[in-house]
Amino acid sequence: MNLLEPIVQGILLGGLYALFAAGLSLMFGVMRIVNLAYGDFAVLSAYGALVVVNAALINPLLALVVVAPAMALLGYVLQRTVLQRTLGLSPLPSLLVTFGLSIIIQNVLLLFGSADQQRLTLGDIDTASVTLPLDITVGVFPLGVFVLAVVILGVLSWVTAKTQYGRLVRAVSDDPDTVMLQGANPKVIYGIATAIAFGLVAIAGVAAGIQTSFSPSSGSMLLIFAFEAVIIGGLGSLWGTLGGAVILGVAQTVGAAFAPAQQILAGHIVFLLFLAFLPNGLSRRKVRA
Amino acid sequence: MLEVSGLTAAYGQVTAIRDVSLSVNAGGILAVIGANGAGKSTLLKTIAGILPAVSGTIIFDNEDMTRRSAFDRVRRGIALVPEGRRLFPSLTVQENLQTAFASKRKGAWTLDTVYDLFPLVAERRQRRAGDLSGGEQQATAIARALLTNPKLLLLDEVSLGLAPAIIADLYSRLPEILAQGTGVLLVEQDVSQAMKVADSVYCLLQGATSLTGTNLAMADISAAYFGMEKK
Repeated sequence: MNLLEPIVQGILLGGLYALFAAGLSLMFGVMRIVNLAYGDFAVLSAYGALVVVNAALINPLLALVVVAPAMALLGYVLQRTVLQRTLGLSPLPSLLVTFGLSIIIQNVLLLFGSADQQRLTLGDIDTASVTLPLDITVGVFPLGVFVLAVVILGVLSWVTAKTQYGRLVRAVSDDPDTVMLQGANPKVIYGIATAIAFGLVAIAGVAAGIQTSFSPSSGSMLLIFAFEAVIIGGLGSLWGTLGGAVILGVAQTVGAAFAPAQQILAGHIVFLLFLAFLPNGLSRRKVRA
Repeated sequence: MLEVSGLTAAYGQVTAIRDVSLSVNAGGILAVIGANGAGKSTLLKTIAGILPAVSGTIIFDNEDMTRRSAFDRVRRGIALVPEGRRLFPSLTVQENLQTAFASKRKGAWTLDTVYDLFPLVAERRQRRAGDLSGGEQQATAIARALLTNPKLLLLDEVSLGLAPAIIADLYSRLPEILAQGTGVLLVEQDVSQAMKVADSVYCLLQGATSLTGTNLAMADISAAYFGMEKK
């Protein structure tokens, strides 16, 4: 069996997962905020893009110009008004609140849409492909998504490592009270981080809507893939998240090459192996509980 | 510069300080002394805005700070070196110092000048703050507070858990800080150390004032410190 083909496809699939996981890596990996509604916000963004596409007759990428800032704004407002109040020593309030948000979003989408699978389309680009050396054919769009994921994680990694805002983000995840003593408002720092994560989730939601399809209930699967990518990569490491996403993608496509019905299962098994043998992930960075 | 009057603060139902009044002048230094649990740290936290005041007022530079947030007070020139240093353990020493730029206050203190003041901190700048010794952490915490270019510096238990030589070394930097016109309000358990550096002393006993003044006799201080009647 030729495994090269599924490995290359898996790497590209990993690009899509990395795009999903980028915002989660910032919120969960760096800032330690658990958002169980993360996947549903991606689906919400895809529906938002669908509405814009149908109303304005533009392509989904242009719709992102509206949807991504709108989601970022929603993220900021949601963080300042709701999520901020759930932060504290116990993770339970934020788990419950975001789980509730997840259910609300799914049902609102069912109410105004339908349970059918929906798609966004870019026309010819959906099916366009290029042939790489060794006679491997890959889709143009998945290749673009992969490149975008690398760029986004690179920028995000640079921002957290080198900029003043990035330092404050890491400082807030260490000790929010002491950040106040430096003259910064931790709530604004949390708000901006959530806005960035929500802007990214909009991009990821639309990309997934073009590459595959979506329905009101598809958010939870996206959430699991994103969490798995962040954990395989190691908490707090944005480059690790890219590696984690690629490993997850390759595990799924190689798994599917052997047992086509067990694609998802293969990914979960690799994730469990990581939890058992490399619980700190690829970056091996020890983190506080 | 700082005028605190009738300040009362509490943790939940438990009153920690009662009706405290004191003042600090620019370039002046006031030491607050008192036994464990007398409310010294609570007083500094309340002035810094980490803990809300129940009643009383905190006037700083003729402005009422009592209801302002902690970060707003930092931006107006009140810096606290908190008890236990509270460095960001996952950041390097230099990154810890750079977080102070969030205060957006310019002045005499820059990365270069604080590194001159604390050469040991300069040597450790690329280390993670969590890996430093106690004395290095305390110096870094003071340097970080100075980088907000405060008009008033609140120092909480600088000597806690440190060797005498290190404590003396840290306190020897105070004159340079005061020379910038910065007022200092410091909290100490070590009375003799506090008396050595401070112009005036303020003694807290179970959350209330028990003695205040300059050039006090040791006998009066120990009476106020332990709450005993004078013989």
